[in-house]
Amino acid sequence: MKISIEKRVEPSPLTPYLSPLVSLALALIVCAVIFKAAGANPFKAYREMFMGAFGSDFAIEATLIKATPLILCGLGVAAAFRMQLWNIGAEGQLYVGAIAASWVALNYGFNQPLISLGLMFLAAALAGGIWGMIPGILKAFRGSNEVITTLMMNYIAIFLTSYLVYGPWKDPTGYSVPMTALFNRNSWLPKIFDTSVHGGIIIALILVVLSWILFYKTRWGYEIRVSGANEKAAAYSGMNAAKNIILVMFFSGALAGIAGMSETAGIQHRLQQGLSPGYGYTAIIVAWLARLHPAAVVVSAILFGGLLVGGDQLQISMSMPVSVSNILQGLILFFVLGGEILFSYKIKIGGKSGHQPCPAAKENA
Amino acid sequence: MKRWMPLLIITLILVLSIGCSQHRKSPENPSSAGQGGNPDEMKVAFVYIGPVGDAGWTAAHDNARKLVEKELPWVKTSFIESVAENADSERVMNEYARKGYKVVFATSLGHMDFLINAANENPNTIFMHCSGYKTAPNASTYFGRIEQPRYLSGIVAGKMTKTNIIGYVAAHPVPEVIRGINAFTRGVRSVNPKAVVKVVWTHSWYDPAKEREAAESLLDMKADVIAQHQDTAACQQAAEKRGCYSIGYNTDMSAFAPKAHLTAPIWRWEKYYVPALKSVKDGTWKNTPYWGGLKEGVVDLAPFGPMVPEDVKKLVQEQRKLMEDEKLDWCTGPVKDQEGKERVKTGETMSYDDQMKMNWFVEGVEGDTTE
Repeated sequence: MKISIEKRVEPSPLTPYLSPLVSLALALIVCAVIFKAAGANPFKAYREMFMGAFGSDFAIEATLIKATPLILCGLGVAAAFRMQLWNIGAEGQLYVGAIAASWVALNYGFNQPLISLGLMFLAAALAGGIWGMIPGILKAFRGSNEVITTLMMNYIAIFLTSYLVYGPWKDPTGYSVPMTALFNRNSWLPKIFDTSVHGGIIIALILVVLSWILFYKTRWGYEIRVSGANEKAAAYSGMNAAKNIILVMFFSGALAGIAGMSETAGIQHRLQQGLSPGYGYTAIIVAWLARLHPAAVVVSAILFGGLLVGGDQLQISMSMPVSVSNILQGLILFFVLGGEILFSYKIKIGGKSGHQPCPAAKENA
Repeated sequence: MKRWMPLLIITLILVLSIGCSQHRKSPENPSSAGQGGNPDEMKVAFVYIGPVGDAGWTAAHDNARKLVEKELPWVKTSFIESVAENADSERVMNEYARKGYKVVFATSLGHMDFLINAANENPNTIFMHCSGYKTAPNASTYFGRIEQPRYLSGIVAGKMTKTNIIGYVAAHPVPEVIRGINAFTRGVRSVNPKAVVKVVWTHSWYDPAKEREAAESLLDMKADVIAQHQDTAACQQAAEKRGCYSIGYNTDMSAFAPKAHLTAPIWRWEKYYVPALKSVKDGTWKNTPYWGGLKEGVVDLAPFGPMVPEDVKKLVQEQRKLMEDEKLDWCTGPVKDQEGKERVKTGETMSYDDQMKMNWFVEGVEGDTTE
């Protein structure tokens, strides 16, 4: 018996749409079994989650607020993933963005909200960009594994935040509680109309359009996509790989940094620990579910925002443990990555293989 | 494979449509759900920082929640675990208020600003915040004088140590934790002026692995009693494994380390929750901060382990009586800081406000409040 895995020569044109949908469906079905095992009615659980995330104005607002950092970080990691650069550091890039934005807000009280927010935006983008660029430089010139370096940089950023809020930036009037003073009102992102949604989502949507133009309408975007698809072809055609690695990591980090600015200026209005409950990591799932396409990132970020918000209902209305909604998130990533492979490759059982089988399958044969 | 894909999608659509149609038939609509089925029923929510677990801070609150349900049949409770100290907590509290919950208890310091925002947003819901200092017309704070049993547990530790080094695994350098370390150390030094208390920070309320590592590092530094300001029993287990003693926290942790566990300062939140909910029901609730002690019963000392000698037990009982009668306070002067500078003059006692802001260690502590 011979089992081999082959790349599909011509993937179905429906693949980009089908693969995420089927993966989601499978994750939901498997999780339904877990709901059942936890003693809950899966239909009721999903209904509660859906209503909690999209069932009222409040719910939709909460979902959009959650989706904002996920769109920004998702765009960022998708940009790097396109070039096969595994940037796991969006979390840290978000934190340094938040630090830089807070630094501007706390030290330079501008009377003009537009100037104040504009400078916070630039500072956050620059800080996040540099944080992403450092692993990029190490990768380009030393060949360091960016998975390790970006991940390690997360801890540096998170502990730097702790140091600042426990030490030099601690609010002197705050009973020694580890957080900075509130920003001046001019450094708050305004709310949209009379909703609780802040302006961060508008920044995010503008950046989605800009990313799309950058990746699909410019020469540089084309280079990035080619480098991601075939490194050797890119090198033969004279593209500068090192330059592109560094630039794309800067771009990726800058977007996550802007997410940090949006969270501090839009929600917290101060710097404090735990400002991100892992948005930078969730963004990895968001980007994969969107198959790295900027516009699809919006859809998958809203879906994940809804999952996080609706997940609360599992506890509030269904009295289920918190871990169940984490399991659901994990299952989605698992099936999305699995689906990616199954849709791009096919498994052949028995018979002679016409193509080169992958090495793992060869060993088993 | 292509054949079963459409099948799956159809299944999904069916599943979702059944779910939605069930919803349309469902009798509950937001306005009636808001009032609850029974008009006399009061819906009460608890927002927890960690998972409930078997022991620790959140377990202490959840034990109290269960006792509340038993004692007050007109109360119906709900709880949500692992709510981070960020904007998520505000959303959760708003959600409870919109679902018609009359009272929301939030149980961690970092929920503070978010609770005040939620209180402003939902004037018909009463919010009570554990360990904070901000109030609103419909938001109050509550805490207990855990320093009293901490001081008493310090006496036990001071009597039991042979190396005169006591380890203290602490969460975050915030006033609440610093006060606890200081009260404990004052208790230790009241019976053993030679003993020192070494502090290691984990920068986390709940992280069993880090807590165990911290305890082991203290045991390596010749500490033979380990105390803690943490949510799990990991430190207790680490001490037991090395044949050392330990002082628990939050709940009686003796089941986790029967040979090590000397005693523990513990919370009995039901002593606050029950009267507070009664006052909400009869309309006498006020937003004044609550700060109960041994006398009120909201804090207590867990039963002594079998290794604690009778004379130590007797001494602790005597000191406890003095505290209940308000003849003894853990921070009555002279109190010196780590540099030996007198911070509280003889005969004076630190004010509530000074205690709430405390950010320095007393003499006898080895550690840094700014680490």
